[in-house]
Amino acid sequence: MSPMRILIVEDDPEAGSYLVRAFKEAGHVADLANDGLDGYAMASEGDYDVLIIDRMLPRMDGLSLIGGLRQQKVSTPVLILSALGQVDDRVKGLRAGGDDYLAKPYAFSELLARVEVLMRRNGHSLSEPVAYRVADLELDRLAHKLTRKGREIVLQPREFRLLEYLMQNAGKVVTRTMLLENVWDYHFDPQTNVIDVHVSRLRAKIDKGHEVPLLHTIRGAGYMIRDSLR
Amino acid sequence: MTAFVKLLRTTAFKLSLVYLLAFALVAGAMMVWAGWRAKQLFDDQIASTIEVEIAGLAEQYRQLGIRGLVEAVERRARQPGASLYLVTTFAGETVVGNLAALPPGVIQRPGVVETGYQRIGEVEQRRRALARIFILPGGFRLLVGRDLEDREALRRIMTSALTTTLLWLTLIGTIGGIWVARRVLLRVDAMNASVQKIMQGDFLGRLPVNGSQDELDRLAENLNAMLDRIEELMNELRQVSDNIAHDLKTPLTRLRNRAEEALRRERTGEDYRATLETMIDDSDNLIKIFNALLMIARVEAGREQDGNSIFDLSQVAKDMVDLFEPLAEEANARIVLDVDQGLKIKGNRELIGQAIANLLDNALKYGLPDPAQNQAVLENVQSSALISVRLSHEKDKVKLVVADCGTGIAEQNRERVLSRFVRLEMSRTKPGSGLGLSLVSAVIKLHGGKMKLEDNEPGLRVVVTLPALVDSPRSVG
Repeated sequence: MSPMRILIVEDDPEAGSYLVRAFKEAGHVADLANDGLDGYAMASEGDYDVLIIDRMLPRMDGLSLIGGLRQQKVSTPVLILSALGQVDDRVKGLRAGGDDYLAKPYAFSELLARVEVLMRRNGHSLSEPVAYRVADLELDRLAHKLTRKGREIVLQPREFRLLEYLMQNAGKVVTRTMLLENVWDYHFDPQTNVIDVHVSRLRAKIDKGHEVPLLHTIRGAGYMIRDSLR
Repeated sequence: MTAFVKLLRTTAFKLSLVYLLAFALVAGAMMVWAGWRAKQLFDDQIASTIEVEIAGLAEQYRQLGIRGLVEAVERRARQPGASLYLVTTFAGETVVGNLAALPPGVIQRPGVVETGYQRIGEVEQRRRALARIFILPGGFRLLVGRDLEDREALRRIMTSALTTTLLWLTLIGTIGGIWVARRVLLRVDAMNASVQKIMQGDFLGRLPVNGSQDELDRLAENLNAMLDRIEELMNELRQVSDNIAHDLKTPLTRLRNRAEEALRRERTGEDYRATLETMIDDSDNLIKIFNALLMIARVEAGREQDGNSIFDLSQVAKDMVDLFEPLAEEANARIVLDVDQGLKIKGNRELIGQAIANLLDNALKYGLPDPAQNQAVLENVQSSALISVRLSHEKDKVKLVVADCGTGIAEQNRERVLSRFVRLEMSRTKPGSGLGLSLVSAVIKLHGGKMKLEDNEPGLRVVVTLPALVDSPRSVG
């Protein structure tokens, strides 16, 4: 994955510098702005792939910042971080122009996965490809057909959508919450291993009997489809 | 502020002053009016008496001349309680009569007059009389009058009655006002003292109630009820923080121990990696518990939300069953879905979804018969459905039932299990945070619904009723 340029707008210096370090270690370039106004200035001038914006910021509130950027036609994807305790925070954040939302406390792996997916969305937001291909696994979205090594694999509709989302983000970690959000369209934290069971069913269908597994479990983070040979 | 000034400033005292003033005004006005009416009555009576006498005397004069008049006057003047008589010449010299002195000039003006006078034989006693002066043919003046002593006496009585009344009224009113004000002030002061004590940390303190059921008592009772509620909430909060501390201590200690153990001696990179990965799992669990706690707190603090929308509860129930079906299959269980189509409710779809997910999760974790315990039961029930989800429309309610066939929950534990961190499984070998049902309960409460735990014989049956949309379609498709 090519490195991303990330702007983090976070007023807590410790949390901010931790995020900068963590993203750098993950192979990305990260800048830090300590308040809303700085963040606004840097976001409108700099060429960033993703903005990570805390909701509560000094000098300019996170939601106003996003609103201002969107008015200026800055369409950089935004992930909102929030410690606010309202159930409808997510809705408000997305309505203000955010692209994704994560409530504190969160695991960094979750944040990283979401940010990487956001960047992809930015990269090819215009058209989704008709088919996805990972190694010898091919998913034809139009024909609703899946083949591996040319042999057709029959999937339940839900399994198909699960795989579609995984392949859409091939090479990137996808967390369980992201799966629940994007495949089932529910935004809560699955407290159990429900998602794992779905994934292992899917894995049984696509990887069983093949030498090279494609669907990998990333410990402490989630899942990833990738060609292991590359 | 001195105690006395404080007393005078009380509402009770001010009110009694206002009442006192109003009462005094009305009482005074009534007495003045009564006195005035009595005087009028007196004057009318005197005037008519005088009229009759003058007519009689004038008649005497006309028939018998001045001598007849003099005789008649002398005769009448001797009678007890006699009127006042005076006959003078045109020049004012007294001919006959029982009057000693009149103010000069009075006798010259005919008509009715109120005047001072002196009776013959009474010296230095000024009296007042109402008199009529009549001019007889020949220039003689005839005065007939009545003493006004009675009227004056009445006036004096009335005046003194008025002043005495007002005096007593003021006195009693003021004393009464002060007494009432003091009584109220004492009670309010007692209440204030209690409130101050409570503010200083005596959270068990309550406002004094004297059982009179008056407005202050009712206020105190309501405030006490409020304090009870606050205490309850504080205790709940304390309980929750105790539980949080306790439940988070264990995983945190474990996390720390793992790190410590890894550092104790040199290990291979592979070992370190394994330890770190386990630690991440442990931390993730902690974050999950925190998130669940935060979520419950948010839901419990929630009111009408922007996140509310009208959504298809039947679809949500189906989605959740779909989500949990593979998990059930893995546990050798089946979820049977019996749902009325198109039941819509207003609320937060995510929260309701999570609540149903939690119920299913619970049913799968704790609601399956223990295979080791009773093989016969297992075989018996395995042919039938193990977990059922039913959704139906009942009048203005939507009823959701999630039932399992596990060991159920004993009746005395059904209330308790809804609290945070309460887990009935003492060994805690099964995963779980003890927060699942708490969240369900909070979500249902937020949506104005009710949640009941019942015996499914065997197993647990959770019955949730939610308010239906008013125009909810009975059934579509």
